[in-house]
Amino acid sequence: MQKRILFDSQLLDLTLNRLCQQLIENHDAFEQTVILGMQPRGIFLADRLQQKLTGLLGKEILTGHLDTTFYRDDFRRRESPLKPNTTHVPFIIEDKKVILVDDVLFTGRTVRAALDAMIAFGRPKKVELLVMVDRKYSRDLPIEPFYIGRQVNTIMSQRVLVEWKEQGAAEDAIWLIT
Amino acid sequence: MQQLSVRHLLGIKNINQNDIQLIFETADTFKEVLNRPIKKVPSLRDVTIANVFFENSTRTRLSFELAQKRLSADVINFSSSSSSVKKGETLLDTVNNILAMKVDMIVMRHSSPGAPHFLARHVKANIVNAGDGTHEHPTQALLDSFSIREKFGEVRGKKVAIIGDILHSRVALSNIFALQKQGAEVMVCGPVTLLPRYINELGVKVELDVRKALQWCDVANVLRIQLERQQIKYFPSLREYSLYYGINKAMLDSLDKEILLMHPGPINRGVELTSDAADSHHSVILNQVENGVAIRMAVLYLLAQATS
Repeated sequence: MQKRILFDSQLLDLTLNRLCQQLIENHDAFEQTVILGMQPRGIFLADRLQQKLTGLLGKEILTGHLDTTFYRDDFRRRESPLKPNTTHVPFIIEDKKVILVDDVLFTGRTVRAALDAMIAFGRPKKVELLVMVDRKYSRDLPIEPFYIGRQVNTIMSQRVLVEWKEQGAAEDAIWLIT
Repeated sequence: MQQLSVRHLLGIKNINQNDIQLIFETADTFKEVLNRPIKKVPSLRDVTIANVFFENSTRTRLSFELAQKRLSADVINFSSSSSSVKKGETLLDTVNNILAMKVDMIVMRHSSPGAPHFLARHVKANIVNAGDGTHEHPTQALLDSFSIREKFGEVRGKKVAIIGDILHSRVALSNIFALQKQGAEVMVCGPVTLLPRYINELGVKVELDVRKALQWCDVANVLRIQLERQQIKYFPSLREYSLYYGINKAMLDSLDKEILLMHPGPINRGVELTSDAADSHHSVILNQVENGVAIRMAVLYLLAQATS
């Protein structure tokens, strides 16, 4: 097993700052925009973005955690059962612009489930996708991200490992495992 | 990832503590779903469930049906009073005919103890026991424990008194198993004629005085007198029963602590509970009904995955 680093904590921080600037360029003061982090791992990225944006804009940004388990298309079709995570969306997204956040974009199936899941909270005006790592050439569905931390060329057997301090890791880091 | 240790939910006796924990954690997420503006998820959209009720039911049947619809399952309903069972068809034939229509799960209530166990041995579908005679009613026990957990944070170490017709109650037996598996202390209380002869072998406390039981417990789960199952007289009159075993608000207020009052329904107001007790702040009876849908969603969701 080989482990290649994609982001160390310094680069990750720089990239987060860049993504925040890009978001502000498109969403001004975030008046009609909310952030939805996708369970289980996109929520850490979403919370980081929220902290940084709050610092930059001097106001609280509406942020929620969205679980897609009940909307997946592989229910009863996989070996191991799916265990749900908590959904915490304490606002209605009707007519809001939604920034959907996940750490890694691979086949796009979780994003499809998330698009379904968010409809339970209203009809958004617009949905954009932000990911830290975009695994190119591996999509099963016509889904592409708006904001990208970094694009990597990977093959099916490779895996992207994301470690956050909030999960108990010593340092934030993203690895490519072969 | 965790999985249930069983393919069918036949009784609490057949499942373990991890299963109970997994069902509760899953039910927590479904409870959140039930409080959304849109209370429906598409998880079971390719699952067909038959509700087969050979005995009357309001709450359980509605609760199961609602749980199935909230999960987007296809639902068919069957009740014995309006079916070919009246023409002499056997249980197995009836169920096999339903299964021939490509049904994945059966939720069954039957007046004979062990009927769902028999079915589970002979058919391929997942079976959920919605009450079999005087034997078990697992989803009711799960939602009772879930309601206790919701109020107190955990079930372990709590003292629960089950009061009333223990002899004919499937709710009592399932509750005893469920509470003991989670580490609660259980007491049963009722007239001696309505206590099963071998009750001591279940490792529960027995109390004949309802006041002492209330003083001892943190939670009182009050049961209905099941007159429809009583072929002989177990006590002189309902009036006398309610005089000795009926619970009223004055009794609850006279205790030196707050207790939780539960009832699986249907309540016979004025018999086991007076109206002022049933509607008091002690009562979590309607919370139990609300939790019932979340618990049944969790059970169906987890069992649906156990097939593949």
